[in-house]
Amino acid sequence: MIVPIPPLYEAPAQPLLEVANLSVSFPSEAGPVAAVRGLSYRVSPGEVLGIVGESGSGKSVSSLAVMGLLPPRARVAGSIRFRGNELLGRTDKELSSLRGNKISMIFQDPLSALTPVYTVGDQIAEAVEIHRKVSKKAALDRAIELLTLVGIPEAPRRATAFPHEFSGGMRQRAMIAMAIANDPDLIIADEPTTALDVTIQAQIIEVLRTAKKATGAAIVMITHDLGVIAGFADRVAVMYAGKPVETGAVDDVFYRPRMPYTLGLLGSLPRLDLGNRVPLTPIEGDPPSLVHLPPGCPFAPRCPMRLEVCERAEPELIPMPASGVAHSTACHRSAEIEEKSLTSADIFPAAQASEQPANRIPRDQRPTVLELAGMVKHYPLVKGSIIRRRTGTVYAVDGISLDIREGETLGLVGESGCGKTTTIMEILSLVPPESGKIVVLGKDTSVISGPERFEVRREVSVVFQDPLASLDPRMPIADILAEPLETHGVPASVRSGRIAELLKTVGLRPEHAGRYPQEFSGGQRQRIGIARALALQPKLLILDEPVSALDVSIRAGVINLLQRLKTELDLSYLFVAHDLSVVRYIADRAAVMYLGKIMEIGHVDQVFDLPSHPYTQALLSAIPLTDPRMERARRRIILRGDLPSPANPPSGCRFRGRCQKFADELDDVRRRRCIEEQPLLTVQGAPGADHRAACHYAEAYAVLKDVAG
Amino acid sequence: MTAATGISKSDSRGRLVLRRFLRRRLALFGLLMVVLFFGFAYVGPDFYKWNYNQLDPAAFLEPPSASHWFGTTQNGFDMFAQTMRGMQKSLIIGLVGALLSTAIAALAGAAAGYFSGWTDRGIIALIDLLLVLPGFLIIAILSPLFQRRTWLIFVVLLAAFQWMITARVVRSMTLSLKEREFIHAARFAGVSNWKIILRHLLPNMSSFLVIDATINVSSLILAEVGLSFFGFGVQPPDISLGTLINDHWQAAGTQDGYQFYFPAILLVALVLCVNLVGDGLRDALDPNAGMGAPR
Repeated sequence: MIVPIPPLYEAPAQPLLEVANLSVSFPSEAGPVAAVRGLSYRVSPGEVLGIVGESGSGKSVSSLAVMGLLPPRARVAGSIRFRGNELLGRTDKELSSLRGNKISMIFQDPLSALTPVYTVGDQIAEAVEIHRKVSKKAALDRAIELLTLVGIPEAPRRATAFPHEFSGGMRQRAMIAMAIANDPDLIIADEPTTALDVTIQAQIIEVLRTAKKATGAAIVMITHDLGVIAGFADRVAVMYAGKPVETGAVDDVFYRPRMPYTLGLLGSLPRLDLGNRVPLTPIEGDPPSLVHLPPGCPFAPRCPMRLEVCERAEPELIPMPASGVAHSTACHRSAEIEEKSLTSADIFPAAQASEQPANRIPRDQRPTVLELAGMVKHYPLVKGSIIRRRTGTVYAVDGISLDIREGETLGLVGESGCGKTTTIMEILSLVPPESGKIVVLGKDTSVISGPERFEVRREVSVVFQDPLASLDPRMPIADILAEPLETHGVPASVRSGRIAELLKTVGLRPEHAGRYPQEFSGGQRQRIGIARALALQPKLLILDEPVSALDVSIRAGVINLLQRLKTELDLSYLFVAHDLSVVRYIADRAAVMYLGKIMEIGHVDQVFDLPSHPYTQALLSAIPLTDPRMERARRRIILRGDLPSPANPPSGCRFRGRCQKFADELDDVRRRRCIEEQPLLTVQGAPGADHRAACHYAEAYAVLKDVAG
Repeated sequence: MTAATGISKSDSRGRLVLRRFLRRRLALFGLLMVVLFFGFAYVGPDFYKWNYNQLDPAAFLEPPSASHWFGTTQNGFDMFAQTMRGMQKSLIIGLVGALLSTAIAALAGAAAGYFSGWTDRGIIALIDLLLVLPGFLIIAILSPLFQRRTWLIFVVLLAAFQWMITARVVRSMTLSLKEREFIHAARFAGVSNWKIILRHLLPNMSSFLVIDATINVSSLILAEVGLSFFGFGVQPPDISLGTLINDHWQAAGTQDGYQFYFPAILLVALVLCVNLVGDGLRDALDPNAGMGAPR
């Protein structure tokens, strides 16, 4: 049967890549997994198509199909045409002449994409040599030229380095250099920035822009991050359960979404620039299993707008009545949404935030639940196994001070390697720090006795990042929740009642207590982790990136749950995250860490609206907003280089090596101070204001509002 | 990565493992045979005319017949009854020894990995020491100790020279497991160290331990047979496959060879079947390990 290809976009006469009715399935124990079910799209020369979707939506599988890189057991059907030539069914050898030449790919994990035993320069040169008849010398020269293009300083020298000598961001640059080595017509970038920190992500997106300019290639950008797409793509395809559910120009999809899933996705993202002034609208439920998909719209079970017809027939991807061919949706009710201009708040129920009792008392009158004063944690670097020699020190946490009052959320943000995790591990182990002090609920860890420490464990609990790793896979949920209760002597007769109550509190069904963690979805597992943390009715909850491992649509539900629990149970949170938007949404105060030091701390609105430290400004500037127009118009601060090693921090101000202010604004006399003197946290704005920054030349700059033109 | 989420979660792990195990024909055959060996060794003699210590004055050195299935020895003992008796001992030594050895390995390895520091160094030193000591010789030298006493001492000695490699593997598994967040969560909730080891660490390597224990059964049977053959293992009046082979190996190749062949072939078959079960278990519990790729 010939299925007509729906006209998705106004495509020019000759599309570069044309994917039609692509479907991919994998055999599995439980039956075939339909990873991609009828995907069609076109990419014109020089265009950027963004494919967005959560894990399991089929976005990566479809791109691997284009590259012909799927494992042999995958069953692929449909058509993939590159410049009019069918790619499906070609031999690996035929495809090899195309791959890396006309079509190239950038992978998510740059470490596993580079061979560890060859130098970076040789690997890029090899990519050139395979497809061109050039001498070894010429290929290596080309490699160095490419490395310079992607912004690797001292390229001739760095070309002789091995991949492990490169940082994550540099490796990704090298991957991009390799991808553009042969002037491809199409680059497929599969989550190219997901593994990277935000400031590095901003650099890499700039490099991708440069690469696009240099080669004129079209780019298919696959990501789960709507922000990255907003500023980078021309057109977007939103995928759900192996199918595109909404496609169109970036402005159409972001400003006029017409499919409830897209609406929900956009509504469930906290806005960095708006904070909690806009309530989040979570999408209930979980993405469907791709093994036995029921008939009808796969999103129907989670859709508040579903009708009877949605469960019967799966909607086709059809052009929107008003927007014409450029904007298509797969929804029975798109026309209605368009007519009434419904927003996510109209469709999805928003959580009602009520005020916490403690918040009615002014902050300085509330008791302190956690206090860190000059806390230090250094790790020795040692050599030798029998006779150990100290060869250096990692200054993981180098004197940080902060306090959390009752009923307050402190967001601790920073990039990887800044000492966030070390900080919370130090707090949770309740042992005396190397220097400084940790006071938890009025108990100083350097003087408390063993039994007292055990008692404090009741009051402080933790929720970890990875919901699967934090639950013992060999235990049913009831046992997992019973463990803290049992440890702290709660009688067995009370336990089962408490477990049922806990499950209800976090929005799970008590009947599920007998199931194992593997039987739950990511969001549910994280709820179990939260339930365990609440088991002993703690006062302080330490949340270590509690939502960063979750899919976007699930995230908002967990954030809202945390918000609700805080008010209901009168908790205080130490919320550690690298995602600034989430911190802005949930936290009362925020602390920004860099290389083991706090750079800026204060009320969340102060820190985000009037950041005074150059690092905070750069961090905020690096985060992509889910607003295409703003994203295109924003002035970006792109930081130089990578995070220095905490084993060898620069003298004076730790940030000076990457500081845009140090590099561009200061003269040599003023720079001296940055080099010689370590800046202390000083009050910003009005005296007595809750806003301090550690910069000699701190100056408020409303990064998020600075829009060119 | 993207496709993995589609796999149905409705199957419990146990059922999945069982299904994978049942798909391995050879492993199933091995299991069936091991069960049959056990049945014959323990229940068989009850239905058999002759007892292992019973003499048949009417039959000396008789070849296998309807009355004496495996024939008789020079003294008129029934070979079938004796072989079954020997297999009882070999099986029980293999089983108890394997469990003991795996238990020592699990506890010592987990303690070394979990506590680190001096505990770790001490246990590693002991492991290294035991690895360089010739176990066979030491048990041989110590054999007078358990002569005329219980064979259980022998089992303990066998296990004492068997656990070291497993313990090293357990230790390294512990090192990576203890950084997992659920271990942190238990520790920060105030759960005691040994409870964490017993309740969280070891159950999470149970598949490895089960496989290891199974493989250990066959190597312990072989070790027992080896020692008994030289007279250092199971002592008369107890009988094991090793002592039987020792008693009759000279018959091999002669017309009375059946006295040697029956226990020897049964020994090989037993060890082979136990190994088949072990391989099947490994493939079922840990399908990503080496040969076990799903077909």
